Amino acid sequence: MTEKTDNVLSVRDLRTEFRGDRGHVRVLEDISFDVGRGKIVGLVGESGSGKSMTALSLMGLVPKPRGQVTATRMDLDGTDLTRLSQDGLRQLRGRDISMVFQEPMTSLNPVRKVWEQVGEPLAVHQGMKRRAIRARVLEMFEMVGIPDPKARLDAYPHQLSGGLRQRAMIAMGLICEPKLLIADEPTTALDVTTQAQILRLMLDLRDRVGTSIIMITHDLGIIAEMCDEVNVMYAGQIVEQANVFDLFERPSHPYTRGLLASIPKATEKRLSRRMPSIPGMVPNLAKLPGGCRFRPRCGDAMPICMQKDPGLADLGNGHGARCWLHLPHDAHPQGETA
Amino acid sequence: MNDIVISARNLTKHYHLGGGLGGAGQIVRAVDGVSLDIHERETFALVGESGCGKTTLGRIMLRLQEPSGGEINYRGQELTTLDEKGMRALRKKLQVVFQDPYASLNPRMRIEQILAEPLRAHGYGSAAEIRERCAALLEMVGLRRQYLRSYPHQFSGGQRQRIGIARALANNPDFVVCDESVSALDVSIQAQVLNLLRDLQDELKLTYFFITHDLSVVRQFADRVGVMFLGRLVEVGTTEEIFSAPKHPYTMFLISAVPRADPHQRSRERPILKGEIPSPMDMPNGCRFHTRCPFAQDICRTEDPEPQTQGTRTVACHFPLEA
Repeated sequence: MTEKTDNVLSVRDLRTEFRGDRGHVRVLEDISFDVGRGKIVGLVGESGSGKSMTALSLMGLVPKPRGQVTATRMDLDGTDLTRLSQDGLRQLRGRDISMVFQEPMTSLNPVRKVWEQVGEPLAVHQGMKRRAIRARVLEMFEMVGIPDPKARLDAYPHQLSGGLRQRAMIAMGLICEPKLLIADEPTTALDVTTQAQILRLMLDLRDRVGTSIIMITHDLGIIAEMCDEVNVMYAGQIVEQANVFDLFERPSHPYTRGLLASIPKATEKRLSRRMPSIPGMVPNLAKLPGGCRFRPRCGDAMPICMQKDPGLADLGNGHGARCWLHLPHDAHPQGETA
Repeated sequence: MNDIVISARNLTKHYHLGGGLGGAGQIVRAVDGVSLDIHERETFALVGESGCGKTTLGRIMLRLQEPSGGEINYRGQELTTLDEKGMRALRKKLQVVFQDPYASLNPRMRIEQILAEPLRAHGYGSAAEIRERCAALLEMVGLRRQYLRSYPHQFSGGQRQRIGIARALANNPDFVVCDESVSALDVSIQAQVLNLLRDLQDELKLTYFFITHDLSVVRQFADRVGVMFLGRLVEVGTTEEIFSAPKHPYTMFLISAVPRADPHQRSRERPILKGEIPSPMDMPNGCRFHTRCPFAQDICRTEDPEPQTQGTRTVACHFPLEA
């Protein structure tokens, strides 16, 4: 046990690799970030960048023995996650860390009533009786704004709309008052007006209950609306981390700049017939280029970028960018973290 | 820009559900009286949330599904009364690019076979000519001709979507329905594919009917926009009109709900639409948006508003918003 800090979660040098028949693939490398108490921290990136894998690694859900997770530090409010047994992790999940997934229909059991599923963590972790669980689920349904909550208790998942199912999943995620809620693309499958409702709900719950949230998304709009701190991921690494204002005002990694330029904006007039885009595509993690992983797509690449993977350059105020543009070229601070 | 390529009048598509054994069953009014004109070489975006009928409208405009009622006129020719043979001849000119590049390409066919299929179906020419055309199509969408021998699984999502586009363009179409064609792609790839679509439009004089739920893409890509809600077009206008001064309350809420990529613009004061979309099986009386509309008056609960057109703008609302 370490002492409690302002951070609910603190991760240093997280690395996840998979050993397979065709050699091994490092899917996460050098992942270091903190989640402050009551803060919303974003992990943003495109498919395959490692954002969901980061969540699975934290939760102890990377399949063993093929998957190996190591870290110099993974601390959840005083509990060292790297030292927990499988059983200890099972105790933790749903109680101290819980997760809300993208597709509420596939994460709910279609043949069990909603209230039994939403209340299950209470039975597992607190040994509560059915009557008490039902009462608590009703309270949670009210809290997450499910209309006519009493009637919804006995519904089956297919009887709820996508938005209501996601509200029920959030209720389940919060029912044990976890220290950390990980939301993995929680609104990606929802319509835009429903998405706005769910995002507003999550902000309200953070304010009312003080839940700390890791928000995993591919949508920089959601990051800008919701997050306090942001980690931009690319090919298994954090390439930039900053508070949300610094990230959008002074994006410092060429990938972040490219991403920000290429997102179509609903609030801006069309200026040209062509949209800025990032050339090329995300590298295969089994065949990573040498040096910087973004180099093959980068307009600012220099000779050094081909030779050495840059560490995270410290730009001050907790802002870091994994890029040689911000690092002295002769000294190469490999593995340095901001 | 003023020549009309395709024009729909009072199109409907009703599905009958259940019933049987003497039961009455229910009617789903997926498309319920849509009229619209698409102009030469424009990009017309059709936006709306899931279940609003946008995909069905796209399909019946091409007669990939039969409409229940209404008329579709393509360059002076009435499609709804055309027999199968006549329709087949027109298919060359009317094409679709689908959403899911993983599901819309046959995994057991080489790229060359995928591209040659529509060419053969319309008697393009000799085997050598078809082969050459396939190679040219690949190059047109930015892929090397060596890929003709490859299979779909060897490509990324963005590349597959390029192949889907190449297939749609095989027979020099005129009018292309893009149904959520960039929605499954990552943003950096999405921009590449949108630029490709735009270049092809200029080069081949294409007219796009661009179906999407993504309003950000619409603002940057479309010339005109139609907003669909529960089977009806509730508002039509130029992209700038729609985004800078929406007149239908639903349009206003849709635009307001889009997350903005600027932390300084975050605001919890922004209006959020409450409640849920009514079921298309159990359509509310009057204006079908009135159950969620904060501006609804008595007349909205009883009288379905007719679309009113002024200049480039059409709105179906008893109390359109003032700019």
